Amino acid sequence: MTVRRPSGGAARGTIMSLLEVTDLQVRFPTSDGLVQAVRGLSFTVERGRTLAIVGESGSGKTVSTQAVLGLSPGADISGTALFEGVDLLKLDHEQLRRIRGAQISVIFQDPLTSLHPLYKVGWQIEELIRVHRPDTSRAEARRRAVELLGLVGIPRPDRRVDDYPHQFSGGMRQRAMIAMSLALNPKLIVADEPTTALDATVQAQILELIGRVQAEFDIALILITHDLGVVAGIADEVLVMYAGLVVERAGRRTLYYRPHHPYTKGLLESIPGSSGARNGRLRPISGSPPSLIAIPPGCAFHPRCPYAMPVCAAERPPLSRVTGTASGGTAGDGDHASACWLPHEAVGLGPDAEALRLRAKEA
Amino acid sequence: MLLRRFLVRRALLGVLVLWLVTLGTFLLFFVAPSDAARTLAGRQATPEQVELIRHNLGLDRPILVQYLDYLGRLVHGDLGQSYFSGESVGKLLAQDFPPTASLVLGGAVIWVVIGVGAGVVSATRARSLLDRFVTLLALAAVSMPTFVVGLLLLYFLFFQLTMAGAPVLPPDSYVPFTTSPGEWARHLVLPWVTIAMVQAASYVRLTRGSMLDVLGEDYIRTARAKGVPEGRIIYRHGLRAALTPVVTQLGVDVGTLIGGVVVTESVFGLGGIGQAVVQAFVSGDLPVIMGVVVLATTAVVVANLLVDIAYGLLDPRIRLA
Repeated sequence: MTVRRPSGGAARGTIMSLLEVTDLQVRFPTSDGLVQAVRGLSFTVERGRTLAIVGESGSGKTVSTQAVLGLSPGADISGTALFEGVDLLKLDHEQLRRIRGAQISVIFQDPLTSLHPLYKVGWQIEELIRVHRPDTSRAEARRRAVELLGLVGIPRPDRRVDDYPHQFSGGMRQRAMIAMSLALNPKLIVADEPTTALDATVQAQILELIGRVQAEFDIALILITHDLGVVAGIADEVLVMYAGLVVERAGRRTLYYRPHHPYTKGLLESIPGSSGARNGRLRPISGSPPSLIAIPPGCAFHPRCPYAMPVCAAERPPLSRVTGTASGGTAGDGDHASACWLPHEAVGLGPDAEALRLRAKEA
Repeated sequence: MLLRRFLVRRALLGVLVLWLVTLGTFLLFFVAPSDAARTLAGRQATPEQVELIRHNLGLDRPILVQYLDYLGRLVHGDLGQSYFSGESVGKLLAQDFPPTASLVLGGAVIWVVIGVGAGVVSATRARSLLDRFVTLLALAAVSMPTFVVGLLLLYFLFFQLTMAGAPVLPPDSYVPFTTSPGEWARHLVLPWVTIAMVQAASYVRLTRGSMLDVLGEDYIRTARAKGVPEGRIIYRHGLRAALTPVVTQLGVDVGTLIGGVVVTESVFGLGGIGQAVVQAFVSGDLPVIMGVVVLATTAVVVANLLVDIAYGLLDPRIRLA
């Protein structure tokens, strides 16, 4: 049985994004009050491209993708999430289950706790295959598991397939997770902080591997991270989230060299050794993320913003196009938007932009 | 290879435990104010007669000598004779063990199935009405004394049923399995249900708690992300990992109960180890007491060994050593 697609949807021939999320809202009713985890998120992921979603913990970056995949029990979700024209949020449990793992797979943060400790690594990959393709024989699934483990660079995969997760190193476990995510040739992989739990040296290898398999199999990737350094290598487009909203959207290069939103700028300046952290001094963003039960009015970032103006506390800035001073950029860079009341020209990390921002603040 | 070393070590440890327990029981017996010789001699006996009996039983020798003598015979598998019936203790135990083992092991199957089943249902519907109902029921069952449960069952399922002209279940006594498996089971149904009701309650709570922990684990989220059907997630991924504490508890309970399910045995007149040891304590029948202690200790030691082996089978991270 295949998932029924609504007929007459996006017609063939028109260019349809792989995933198109519109006005996603996710709330969790709790005894302390309503947690507004995602407050109207829209983004698109094109086939074979990489979208990075960046933000601190609590920004809604993880919740948004898990809500779309039906992995956040107890959440109150609204909006649409069209995956190849099918609204994932309207599917029932069973239909969504058939998509998860097969067409959209997920790589989680901690590969030690994310693999079942009591089952062999190979078994866990075989299970994924056989759950979605019940007519696959055990031997066939096993052959595929060995092949996948080899593909992600695990030595002697024919032997390691019978190892338990605890017999793997951290990096190998994450490789195994990646192998599992590739098992059924998905169209989209959601990698949720895939390198956060790993050693710095292993991080680079894993990112390189993700980039390689993505290109090789033409898979779209949503890379969720709190680390802009991770984004630098592989993202095509970057969303910066704060308190459940997108505060800035830009192509990778634009975001790094011409950030507009003060939050993005703050993130860049807090990366060690980055161009943002001038003179080798790190400048952490002061304060802490807001409670999602009592989100500040207006721009949620204003209590922490060094350029806050009276309007910031009164009115929420819309996500609108900003125009950089320099022209050009790649195609993706054309779409640079920021949700901030500062002048549109105030982009970049240089002294000119800084002067513009300060002038706007004083005005 | 590794397993053999493990087994040898555990066997030696078991012998040590057995020795300590026999020593303790032996010493306690002589502190306790019971005098087998006097009991045996009867009310009208003269002090000389009592002394004679005491001498015949060997109870007038120093405690240490008696103990070493006992140990010496124990090593050869001789548990001695009952002071009162003169019967060999080994034979007595061989006669009392089957009812007890039948009761405990059969009951264990029932209480594990009910307890784990209800625990899983409770955990997967945590905080639902059903969960609360199961929790309440478990609390009620665990607070009820065994003899009350037993007598209630007897009243309704034996007495009332028989009065209503449907003598489905017998009131008491034990029929050996080898005589008739059907009758064996028929006679044990009520005792099984009794012991299972009381025990199942704690297994419900244990399983529920363990399942709730496991279902919150990252690897369960991974299974969902893989598109594994929910039923398979609960049993293959969840319950499998949640079983460890249940197995531990089962080992402890079965081991302990072999040495004394006195109440259930008495209520249903099964005979059995528990009843035997109570009689022996009352009359001061040292060889029988010692025999039961040896048997019960062995049961606990073996049960714990089985638990450890089960761990190794359940969890590949655990290496027996």
